[in-house]
Amino acid sequence: MSRPTADLAIETAGLVKTFGATRAVDGVDLAVPAGTVYGVLGPNGAGKTTTVKMLATLLRPDGGQAHVFGRDVVHEADEVRGRVSLTGQYASVDEDLTGMENMILLGRLLGHSKKGARARGERLLEAFGLSDAAGRQVKHYSGGMRRRLDIAASILNTPDLLFLDEPTTGLDPRSRNQVWDIVRAVVAQGTTVLLTTQYLDEADQLASRIAVIDRGKVIAEGTKGELKASVGAGSVHLRLRDPAQRPLAADVLRRVLGASVQEEPDPVAVTARLGAAGAEGAAGQAARALSELAVAGVTVDNFALGQPSLDEVFLALTGHDTHDDSEEVAA
Amino acid sequence: MSTATTTETKDLAPVSAESLAALLVGGARPPRPSAVSASLTFGWRAVLKIKHVPEQLFDVTAFPIMMVLMYTYLFGGALAGSPTEYIQFLLPGILVMSVVMITMYTGVSVNTDIEKGVFDRFRSLPVWRPAPMVGYLLGDALRYTVASVVMLTVGLILGYRPDGGAGGVLAGIALLVLFAFAFSWIWTMFGLLLRTEKSVMGVSMMVIFPLTFLSNVFVDPRTMPGWLQAFVNNSPVTHLASAVRGLMDGDWPADEIAWSLGWAALFVLVFGPVTMRLYNRK
Repeated sequence: MSRPTADLAIETAGLVKTFGATRAVDGVDLAVPAGTVYGVLGPNGAGKTTTVKMLATLLRPDGGQAHVFGRDVVHEADEVRGRVSLTGQYASVDEDLTGMENMILLGRLLGHSKKGARARGERLLEAFGLSDAAGRQVKHYSGGMRRRLDIAASILNTPDLLFLDEPTTGLDPRSRNQVWDIVRAVVAQGTTVLLTTQYLDEADQLASRIAVIDRGKVIAEGTKGELKASVGAGSVHLRLRDPAQRPLAADVLRRVLGASVQEEPDPVAVTARLGAAGAEGAAGQAARALSELAVAGVTVDNFALGQPSLDEVFLALTGHDTHDDSEEVAA
Repeated sequence: MSTATTTETKDLAPVSAESLAALLVGGARPPRPSAVSASLTFGWRAVLKIKHVPEQLFDVTAFPIMMVLMYTYLFGGALAGSPTEYIQFLLPGILVMSVVMITMYTGVSVNTDIEKGVFDRFRSLPVWRPAPMVGYLLGDALRYTVASVVMLTVGLILGYRPDGGAGGVLAGIALLVLFAFAFSWIWTMFGLLLRTEKSVMGVSMMVIFPLTFLSNVFVDPRTMPGWLQAFVNNSPVTHLASAVRGLMDGDWPADEIAWSLGWAALFVLVFGPVTMRLYNRK
């Protein structure tokens, strides 16, 4: 294969990892440009964590190649480790130690003096709003605090590449927004971020390019716009005043949008899936539908334009949804 | 304490983007820590854990006291005429036996710790690879020292009077702790090799019981059948017990010390690389 280029933060070719008979990662090709957030989107057991572990030199690939900033993750593992940081799916901090002890421990391991490690730890904990909790054992932290500490530990030395493995899984919406803010701040300083997530929303918020991964394979890759265009523009959710008008509304929507229409359990609710967004865009399609409904005399009380969900993306790309994986790959 | 955590998130101060930005650009990367410095840092981690969960010192305080009392009074009268007579012979041996037994907890702690997320971070750090394992063993060496001091104190109370004086006793303990450090690489290997804590414990018992009991800790091997003598006289625990006993008696048993150190070197040379291979593959 051609010599990997250094302006790619990550380059993999045919990456494979098997656990027994299961091919957890089954020929993954990735090209992650430096200085961006790259989203790896997929359901549980798709092979996201296994891929990250191979790139972070924690697992040896069974096949294919992977380079991080042009360095081979197997033969130049030590050089790779010097440039990356990992925030694992489960908090990668020591639960028995306090927040500050964790920072000092990792600071020392990254080569800081005892004094330097403490000073940097203090500043980072302060920036992350954790100063008050610095002296408490991490096992008493909330999920959001743990995540913050975890990310703070990952940027003790500003890494060139930061792996964030499902950083917001299990967090409440508020903590999730805060983690997003942190990721944006980190990327603004030039660090490349590889983000794995189960949430389309999250990839949409943060990533400039996204790879959709399912059963160990990349099934779609591109910018957010490209990806969305390939799965349709989302859905229009309507609430009508009169349930008796619903069949009429459904007819109008079908005719105007040429899309599949679903009558919800709620007798006044109806949802229409939008087709691929053309020049008109999703909002344009919806506006046209609304005016046609008004012409037909249907009273609409409430209207919402929804993005395609991960389920819809999967349905569109694979023909199966995210939940029918019979076996979960433990990794 | 933990009940307060649910409300914690709402009270978290927002992340300060400006100070974060300043932190990210500020400061070049320091040079990597040396192998010694990284190992000592991991050793410090082990000490912190003891600080936070002092109950884990139970096995190096209560257990050794129990061993000394039990065997001194159980065998003392029958084997040496009186417990006070017997403890002169027994104490260095029981010290060796107890500390070698305590080493097996290393495997259990490696086994439970390695599954935790923090190990992924350790393994992705650019530090000397064996440092986390050496750190464990350094922390354990501290535990072995505590156990030795505790047992020695109990022994002194019961009437043990070492002819070697403070120097001989310290030399004996130093040799014992060094040997235990080297021997523990067997347990780091099993800790990484076996899947569950229970199986680590089971295998440890299978190794440790015959190895410590079939030795010269309790009695002179000359009364044993020939085939058993062949095993006992060549067991590393016998060599170590003889060496420690000699040092504490004020002798300088050079050959027994050499044997003990030789075995220690062998354990590190064989089980150290196996441990590291498993660690890298985990």
